[in-house]
Amino acid sequence: MALTLTEACPQEDRLASGHRACLGCAEPQIVRQILHGIEGPVVAASPTGCLEIITTPFPTTAWRVPWIHVAFENAASVLSGAESAYRALRKQGKIKDRDITFAVFGGDGATYDIGLQFISGAFERGHKIMYVCLNNEAYMNTGIQRSSATPFGAWTTTSPVGKVIPGKKQHRKDITGIMVAHNIPYVAQTAPHAWRDMMEKARKAGKADGPAFINVLCPCPRGWRYESAETMALSRLATETCMWPLFEVENGNYRLNYIPAEKKPVTEWLKSQRRFAHLLRPDNSEVVAELQQGIDHEWEKLLRLAGVNEA
Amino acid sequence: MSQTAPAPEKVKGRVMALEGDVVVAQAMRQINPDVVAAYPITPQTEIVQTFSEYVANGEVDTEFVAVESEFAAMSACIGAAAAGARVMTATCGAGLALMHEVLWCASGMRIPLVMAVVNRSLSAPLNILTDQTDMMSCRDAGWVQLYGENHQEAYDNAIQSVRIAEHPDVMLPVMHGLAGFVLGHTLGRVELLPDEVVRDFVGEHKVDASLLDIEHPVTFGAFDHHDNFFEHKRQQWDAMDKALKVVAEVGEEFEKLTGRPYRWVEPYKLDDADLAMVIIGSGCGALREAIDEMRAEGIKAGMLKIRCFHPFPGQAVADALRGKEVVAVMERATCIGSEVSPTFLEVQTALALRGVQTKTVNYIYGVGGRDTIPAEFCDVYRDLAKIAESGKVEPVFRYLGLRDF
Repeated sequence: MALTLTEACPQEDRLASGHRACLGCAEPQIVRQILHGIEGPVVAASPTGCLEIITTPFPTTAWRVPWIHVAFENAASVLSGAESAYRALRKQGKIKDRDITFAVFGGDGATYDIGLQFISGAFERGHKIMYVCLNNEAYMNTGIQRSSATPFGAWTTTSPVGKVIPGKKQHRKDITGIMVAHNIPYVAQTAPHAWRDMMEKARKAGKADGPAFINVLCPCPRGWRYESAETMALSRLATETCMWPLFEVENGNYRLNYIPAEKKPVTEWLKSQRRFAHLLRPDNSEVVAELQQGIDHEWEKLLRLAGVNEA
Repeated sequence: MSQTAPAPEKVKGRVMALEGDVVVAQAMRQINPDVVAAYPITPQTEIVQTFSEYVANGEVDTEFVAVESEFAAMSACIGAAAAGARVMTATCGAGLALMHEVLWCASGMRIPLVMAVVNRSLSAPLNILTDQTDMMSCRDAGWVQLYGENHQEAYDNAIQSVRIAEHPDVMLPVMHGLAGFVLGHTLGRVELLPDEVVRDFVGEHKVDASLLDIEHPVTFGAFDHHDNFFEHKRQQWDAMDKALKVVAEVGEEFEKLTGRPYRWVEPYKLDDADLAMVIIGSGCGALREAIDEMRAEGIKAGMLKIRCFHPFPGQAVADALRGKEVVAVMERATCIGSEVSPTFLEVQTALALRGVQTKTVNYIYGVGGRDTIPAEFCDVYRDLAKIAESGKVEPVFRYLGLRDF
């Protein structure tokens, strides 16, 4: 089922241009490509957040598919209602079976934090929904506040770098692992520079016989403090440093989709964004060591789970 | 036509003794909504579990979504309704409070869903018993609010609410309240209409736009800046105004079918009364008894029951209370901070706007499930008689049945 550019390119974008995303924002690129990857009709939903704000200032919309926003916490619940309506109306013969894919596109705030219960509930109930987390590692819509996806040591406006505290004190939550623990048919992590990886995962998620979850790293020039042209380069660097491994879990079976030939040190990642600038100071070397340790630990765990023997 | 049409035959119902929750569940079974998303909470639980049985036995076509919270219940209802489904749910007390944010989303997105609220107090202290604080505290959320006095009204309101919510002039969510344990968990007499009569009455659910209409993609829930928000909210004010007429029209149509009259308000021995109480919900039963006792004593006591709280039927309330010497507005809710209670604010405003001059006082009663017996209502009428005699209304804000502490 390898997906080709010649197959994807002739399709009309299901998210139109003219939206209000910041220069260099990865979100619209990810959403467009994922919507390309999904076969057949899509009904989409977004929680409150950057994507919702940039795509739907009344009376305009960038969505060429049916789309709904209700509140910050509840996009998974909203689509579980829509998906139930689809089943109810189909069962009664009131509408035809269109093989609709129901897809949520939500940020890490809505996914890791305020909306976690609602995703968990929808997944436990087995609604056929794919949930895509556009993970830019902080609350960017409100202006760069920490989320539980924010990496250890990072500066945000609510984990500021002060005289006694050097940025975020906690490690990020393993949300992908939490989703795997729901025993749903498909869970994956991907990143936008790996366009084929991302689109194929979208296709698999759409075809999954039950809930699916895709966690997409979503570089954010404003929040991460880098030049807007660097978005895709950063996406790649995240995978080369193993900050953001690409993997998928199909029916419980782990598969690593990318193993860097040479795993770059986390300092490469830290140097690329000014949200980590303070970590490059000698007095914060212990923070960097702990961050590297965390990444190594997660990577080794992943290798084990995927049954990869690294030489 | 020269021939006089015979008076239409009223539909004969099946008389049963059922708990209030089961009555609501029965109405839901007959309405046969496409989707029900709900979460159990005492004393609403029996609605959810009874309806689950109908689903399990294939008695309805409904997809029942057993969500993990009330917030999810309301959210799923909104999503299902946006996808073109007829949607119902039920909750109470803390569950309604948890929904608060999305109640506003439902009305702002013009989602015509129907929710039974088995009225329960709000914590703290934790209390699972009857009062109307739950619905009173979301009275500004843009929902039509009806209240039933007894089992029959809970049933009839559930059915009428569908028509009110889905009326093209309204397109607003409707919540209808019934007293927690007093009705919800207590057997009472109810006359159930035949299934097909209910289905004909509610009719087919039609929508202008649906999430599932792939060929005509619609964006639901776009955001507004200062340039459009006000105009969109204005449409909600209009819809709520129009709902007042629709509540009455649907009530009249229902009366033609069943012989049971439904309006915004219902008087009891009010016409010639000097002393009146305004009341909402199940307390009306004990109050009627009190009125009969007072009448036997020669005191002209009367009552105005409010069935439709929002939209507030100000004209009907003012007309009904015009000429009364003293009016007590009874409130079964703990909404604290105003000089008076929510219903008093509505009633007093309705009177003042129409130049109806009468002495008014405000009683808090029955909160947290405290019983109010006819003798206590009689005490209130005696208080009102004293006010009429002395001309002194102070204190305006009073407590009924409160122990010294």
